[in-house]
Order: sequence, then structure tokens, then C-alpha cells
Amino acid sequence: MNFSYRSLRVWQRNRDVFFKLWRSEVPGFFAEPILILLAMGFGLGTYVALDEGQRYIEFIAPGIIAAYAMFSASFECTYGSFIRMKYQKTYDSIIATPLSIDDVSAGEIFWGTTRSILTACVILVIIAAFGLVESPWALLVIPLAALAGLMFSSIALFFTSVVPAIYSFNYYYTLFITPMFFLGDVFFPVDTLPPVFQHIAGIAPLTPVANLMRSVVTGSPGEGAWWGLGVIVGYIAVFFPLSLLMMKRRLLR
Amino acid sequence: MFLIEIRGAVKRFGSIIAVAGVDLDVGHGECFGLLGPNGAGKTSLVRMITGVSPIGEGSIRVDGKDVTEEPRQIKANLGVVPQEDNLDPDLNVLENLVTFARYFDIPRAEAKRRAMANLQLFELQDRQRAKIEELSGGMKRRLLIARALTNQPKLLILDEPTVGLDPQTKHLVWRKLRSLKTQGATLLLCTQNMDEASFLCDRLAVMNEGRIIALDSPQELIKKYGGSQIMEVRLRSDERRDLVLSKLSEQSLQWQEMEDTLYIFQGDGQVLDQDLLGELVIMNQHVPTLEDVFLKLTGRSLKEQ
Repeated sequence: MNFSYRSLRVWQRNRDVFFKLWRSEVPGFFAEPILILLAMGFGLGTYVALDEGQRYIEFIAPGIIAAYAMFSASFECTYGSFIRMKYQKTYDSIIATPLSIDDVSAGEIFWGTTRSILTACVILVIIAAFGLVESPWALLVIPLAALAGLMFSSIALFFTSVVPAIYSFNYYYTLFITPMFFLGDVFFPVDTLPPVFQHIAGIAPLTPVANLMRSVVTGSPGEGAWWGLGVIVGYIAVFFPLSLLMMKRRLLR
Repeated sequence: MFLIEIRGAVKRFGSIIAVAGVDLDVGHGECFGLLGPNGAGKTSLVRMITGVSPIGEGSIRVDGKDVTEEPRQIKANLGVVPQEDNLDPDLNVLENLVTFARYFDIPRAEAKRRAMANLQLFELQDRQRAKIEELSGGMKRRLLIARALTNQPKLLILDEPTVGLDPQTKHLVWRKLRSLKTQGATLLLCTQNMDEASFLCDRLAVMNEGRIIALDSPQELIKKYGGSQIMEVRLRSDERRDLVLSKLSEQSLQWQEMEDTLYIFQGDGQVLDQDLLGELVIMNQHVPTLEDVFLKLTGRSLKEQ
């Protein structure tokens, strides 16, 4: 791996563009999570009874943070990165400067990570406004979002480095991201799934994120399955270097 | 010491050999032209020089540094004008230049100062807030060159810088490139525009099928390969083709055949005798240009099939 502080330059470029276009990004930030909280939390939640008198909206709120941290990083490092790489030729112009391909890839991943953190912070504020944040432990959402962002950005950029065309991302979302959203501890506990799926869900990247987010937002970090951090770090350790390697193979002709 | 030193450079893509062993030295302050048909290996060679494409065999040194070992240091002193527009469409004109300067660690105030100066140089100062998509093709190309000057490069590499430009823009670009050269910059220019090559370049290398097949100043190339006059002729009768060709050989005239047209290269003092002239219909006679030399060296048939 040959990335340096110069990857910050790519991060800065993406940050500048993001804050320039924030008007088109922000509605998505707020609208969807609020919609889900309303529909699932208040609507569906009326019919759901949980143990220990927990309200359903309290159960799903931290899961929504995890899921949208996942979406932010994933969109950024699939469609966003692919468009910059393939259509805008932004990478070509950057690697003619002192930056290496690894700097570009790492910068993209770090920016995807930042998007996750931003999203998590915004949703945290929203659910706090709904009165769903119970303790200062909830601030741990931010480092958790950073880890989740690093993981999902790395996996997404790896996929970007191998897809033949932009249409291929359909597979990524329908077969990987969406199943995790629905089955990965966001809307109901994993242990309600049939045993085979429990095992799959247990090692899916979103599950430990949702589980740990829930433990800190509800103010009971002791109930979190903290070994899940090992899963997250494991994914990062594999996919961060792998995405850099594959990106180099794709771009270095 | 030369600014660019290329020794035995080879580039393969699978079974295709794009660059088949090139040796080349380009001096400081020189404007050097790479001429060649599509697929001759110019772009592959340039990509190796700029450190964005691994060298298959051989070595390339720029300013004494090995391209493979010190790509960052080399790229810090390089300006690259690509053939394809890769301006950042998410940023406006000025932001493009300032953001590009940041890739070179140029502080923001200095970046802005240089950006304004370079915009002025290419007469784009009134467009600094414009979106990239609002620019014409000529403006984009001017901006690409302005951007390449951001790091005040020792070596400026341009890939077909005036392709598709109107004559006014073309001449503006040529004037600016000339003045950069007088200020001491070294220029490496890939082109298929013969006027451009003769106007700008001190020396030219003609590439074909991955090799350099001729290298000299434009004037010397014309003298050496073009002779003093070129005659474009057709045969009065196809049946006597062999006879005509053998007569041409007898008089040690060089020729090139393309479909039904013969191009006869006359050297100093060479004249066609009356017998021969009687067999020919003269379509055109002219003083040889670089284009004739190019076509003579690389052949008249289509190179890409």
C-alpha cells in the first residue's frame, strides 16, 4: 500500500464538491430516515410488543443510524466513485499529479467514511429530537459510524474496482445491501430468524454495527455484543488493502 | 544531461506490442514532437514517461530520476495536457485550477494567484465562475493547458493539443506554447497535425508500429525523405504499369503507389524523361511537405484495421 497524507487532497476535493452541492444532498439526509421512523416506528410499531416494555421505535432508531451510515458510504464509493473514475476521468487527472492511485483510492474511502459519520450525526440529532436518546453513551455512535463507514466504503470500492459497468451495482444493492437492511438486526432481532439465516446474518457486516449502535443509543453498552467489533475490523483489514490493490490493477495499464 | 532519457522502452498489452524498443533523448528547453498514425505507440510511450503506465522493458529517466522509482518527484515537475477532457465537472473554472494546485501542495493564496495568471494567459479570466459544461471545446482545451501549468512544470507533455480547435484558438495555443518554450520549458508534443509539428518542434520523431523510424528537425526530414518535388500521377494505360515502374527504377526515382495513383519523389536535379512523361497523367506537382514525408514513412494505407 502506497498511500500517504496526499489522500487527504482527494478527501478535500470530495468535501468541497459535497458542500457545494449540499442543497441537493440534504433532503435525502433527513427525509428518508424520518419517514421510516414515522411509518415503522409509530405506524407499524403500534402493533409490535417487545420485551421489557421497549417501544418499537426505540428498537429501530439505532438500527436506522447503522443502515443509513451503510447507505451513505456505499453510494459514495459505488456510484460516486465509479462516475468519477469512468465518466468524469477525475482519477486520470489526479494521478498525473504527485498523487498515486493508492492515494486516490484511500481518499475515496476516507470520504465515504466521512459521509457515514455525517449521516449518523444527522440521524442522531433527529432521533434525539424524537426523544429516543437516553444517555451520553449515544455519542459513541460517532466512532461506531466511523468504523462502519470505513468498512462499507472499503467493500464498496472493492466492488467498484471489479465491476464492468455501472449497471452492475444493481447486484450489489439487491443481493448485498438491501438484504442486510431488512435482515441485519435493523427491524427485528437476528435471533428471530431461522437458524441458518441467523448464522449468515451474524457475520453480515451490518449486524454488529446495528447491534452496537443499539446498545449505546439505549444507554446500555454492557448489553452490546462487542466481539462484533472484531468482525468490523476484520472486514476493514481485508477489504481496505484489497480495494486499493484491485483499483491499481484496474487503472494501471 | 538530457531531460528525458529513454533506453530500450517496450510496452506490451497481452500479445500486442505497443512500444517495440524505443531509445530517445530529449534535451532541456527543446520542443520535441512525436509524430505517428493512430496506434503507432505515441500515447503508450508518453504514458510510461508520465509514470501512469508501468514500463514493460527498458528504462526511462526524467530529469535524472527513474520513472519507476520516483514517480511522485517526477510528476511534481510535470505538466500533462491529455487529449481527452478530464476537467473536474463538479467544480467551476477557477475551482478546477485551485483544487488542482492542492494536489501539488501549493498553498491556497499562491494557488489562486497562479490560477488567475494562467486564466489570463489563456484569455479565460472572464469565465472563472463558469461551469465546465458551459465552456466550448476550445475553452476546455485552453483550460486544460492552463491547468497543466499550475505547478510551473519543467516538462510539459501535450497529447494532440489542438485537435478539433478552430483556427483562431489553434494559433493562440501555438503562440502560447512557443512563448513557454522561450521561457525555458521543455515541450513534448504528440501530434498528427503537420503544420503544428513544423511550426513548434525543433526535432521530430516519426513513430510507426511501436518504433521510431525517423528522427530529425522538420526541415531535415523533408530534405531527406521528401526530395525537391512530388509528382502525383496516374497511368495512361494500366497495361504498361510494369514498364513504367521499371523505368522509374532505372532512373533511381522513388515512388509510392496508392490505388490508381503514383506518388513520385524527385530529388535535386532529377527530371522525368519524355518517354516516361508520355505514359503519365500528372494530377498535381508540389514542393514536399512534412505530410508527404509522414505518408512516405508510415505508408498511405489505413493503419488501423
